[in-house]
Amino acid sequence: MAANLFYFLIFPGLLFAGITGAFLSWFDRKITARVQFRKGPPLLQPFYDFFKLLLVKETILPKKGSPVLFLLAPVFSVFGATMAGVFILLPLFNIASGFRGDLIVIFYLLTIPSFSYIMGALASGNPLAAVGGSREMKLILSYELTFLLVIAGIIMKAGQQFDLYSIIGTQQQGGAFIGSISGILLFIAALFCIQAKLALVPFDMPEAEAEITEGIYIEYSGAAYAMIKLAKHIMLFILPAFLAALLLGGFRTEGINILWSILKIVGTVLLLTLLRNTNPRIKIRQAMSFFLIWMNLIAIAAIVLIVFGY
Amino acid sequence: MGRKTLIPIGPYHPLQEEPELFKLYCDGEIVKDIQWVTGYNHRSIEKLSESKTYEQVFFLVERICGICSTSHPFAFANAVEEIAGVEITDRAKYIRSVIAELERIHSHLLWVGLAGHFLGYNTVFMWAWKYREPVLDLFEMITGNRNSYAMFKVGGVRRDIEGSKISEIRKVLDVVKKKTDLLTGAVMDDPVIHARTKGVGVLSKQDVIDFGAVGPTARASGLAIDVRMDDPYAAYPLVNWKVITATAGDVFAKAEVRLLEMYESISIIEQCLKGIEKEKEGEITVKVNEIPPGIGHGRAEAPRGEVFHFVMSDGSNCPARHKIRAPSYVNIATFKKSCIGQTIADATITLAGVDPCYCCTERMAVACDSGTGEVILNGRELIERSVLRTGELKSTLKERT
Repeated sequence: MAANLFYFLIFPGLLFAGITGAFLSWFDRKITARVQFRKGPPLLQPFYDFFKLLLVKETILPKKGSPVLFLLAPVFSVFGATMAGVFILLPLFNIASGFRGDLIVIFYLLTIPSFSYIMGALASGNPLAAVGGSREMKLILSYELTFLLVIAGIIMKAGQQFDLYSIIGTQQQGGAFIGSISGILLFIAALFCIQAKLALVPFDMPEAEAEITEGIYIEYSGAAYAMIKLAKHIMLFILPAFLAALLLGGFRTEGINILWSILKIVGTVLLLTLLRNTNPRIKIRQAMSFFLIWMNLIAIAAIVLIVFGY
Repeated sequence: MGRKTLIPIGPYHPLQEEPELFKLYCDGEIVKDIQWVTGYNHRSIEKLSESKTYEQVFFLVERICGICSTSHPFAFANAVEEIAGVEITDRAKYIRSVIAELERIHSHLLWVGLAGHFLGYNTVFMWAWKYREPVLDLFEMITGNRNSYAMFKVGGVRRDIEGSKISEIRKVLDVVKKKTDLLTGAVMDDPVIHARTKGVGVLSKQDVIDFGAVGPTARASGLAIDVRMDDPYAAYPLVNWKVITATAGDVFAKAEVRLLEMYESISIIEQCLKGIEKEKEGEITVKVNEIPPGIGHGRAEAPRGEVFHFVMSDGSNCPARHKIRAPSYVNIATFKKSCIGQTIADATITLAGVDPCYCCTERMAVACDSGTGEVILNGRELIERSVLRTGELKSTLKERT
């Protein structure tokens, strides 16, 4: 029990994932700034932002709507993100082997933050948040199938293994999955799914600043918004980590390999950042057809290739 | 007619930097109706102008809009010079056109950046604004100000463009041209930008004529309307250039027109600089001793379309009546056609697509009978009503607390 609490709260859960995610979000902001000829924030800026929101700023509740649900939603999102993080990071760091079928659990846990954002947005009673919430729903409907197909492809590639630990083990013995044609296709599809899960441009229509002024988060302030920031930081770390576990051969923590592991995460975040800085936001309908047609086609093509052994 | 959600854009909204309110009545994501409210920033420029001398009015009208701060003095100068019957020197004409075209370049770059920002493409936003900086520096070199240049006066301009400045302007123009190439390439060839802007907010040629739209908004729909060509003023009849038009009428066509217009502006400036070199040094003003009684009309093509100034003089040193018509005032009316039936995502970029400028657009309200045109309530009475209403609201608030 104590060990589980430690896993959840300290390592590799809330504290570790939160801090790493905050540094990654600094990296994202710094790269963005450099691309745009700006200077960018100092290293600790995400922490300043977080603690200012948590400790200094007032939490304002919307007059209409349900305050309890509104305040619970950010907590749920942090909880879901942390749980998913624990299940992803434990096998990655070779601490515990997880259980058979944990991939399915991770898949469900990763959707909890998105669902809690929708819940909080609809509980706030703001029309702009409602538009953002409906957009987030449509976005989930479009990318989840692709994400599931990617995971199905990985399971087939690993020889019908349903747990993350053996998938990583298979890759560490037989080479990372990305080294094959089907692996590259799966990586592309997964990368776009992660982009959409993180709601980064071009898939940031739920928060679309210039259209619906941050949409789903519009009514959040103070500590509640700090929780959302925390959940976003955690997601920014665990989703690339999940990708590293599924396709890039997982982590090795001994000696020089640790640098290689860090590079996998940072490289993925760099790809996401560059993607978001070289595209405008697309419309929700375009996002749906992008995932439901093109990305699903890519994922299915990858699965067909896996069946034929490529 | 189902139930409709009101999506407010404004009075404070990241889409528009100025205070205005667009009420989008939406069914789901589809905009079913649109209404707009302006009047948050009325500054009574026309009335103020009647209490200032002609020389002072230039500084006043320059502050109507921070972006087109040459267009308004330009139109006002045209109007006053029509009353006084002065013909300014060719050198002054060239200098006026150089300033106006530089302004067009920086205004269009600004719009490209903002449009990128509204599409969530912040890289284009930052890049376009970075490339706009050299133009503003150029303004500082020529006029002493990055904005609100104070260059115009009755009968000419206040500052000369000397030989040393000409070579500097050419150098900067080369840089701007290269950067414009880069931006044009980035915008015109990006498939995602095509997906976002093509077929969005389409205005047909007939719509544009019906609503009386002007400037790039009209030219993007195939209507070749441009005051510089239709009613030539300053140095525009002396140089070779063409009116840029597109036919699609959507947001992409508006961007295309603006980007290509920047090349025309650069070409006009280069020809004007050659003209300045040919003219005699120092001949930049004609002395105007008094403005006789009469009326004058001044038109100028601002980056957003036609600016119109009407000035009536009674022979004193102040205008007796000064009427201003800014391009955004007619352009925003086209939203009634272009936004309805679009999704919210499309409607917002359509709103930004005409490059609206609300500080130009502010008007005073007078309620009048639509049949006879008889004034029911004038401005003073409306203000009295408003005061009364505020008082009522305050008293109900007191009762509640």
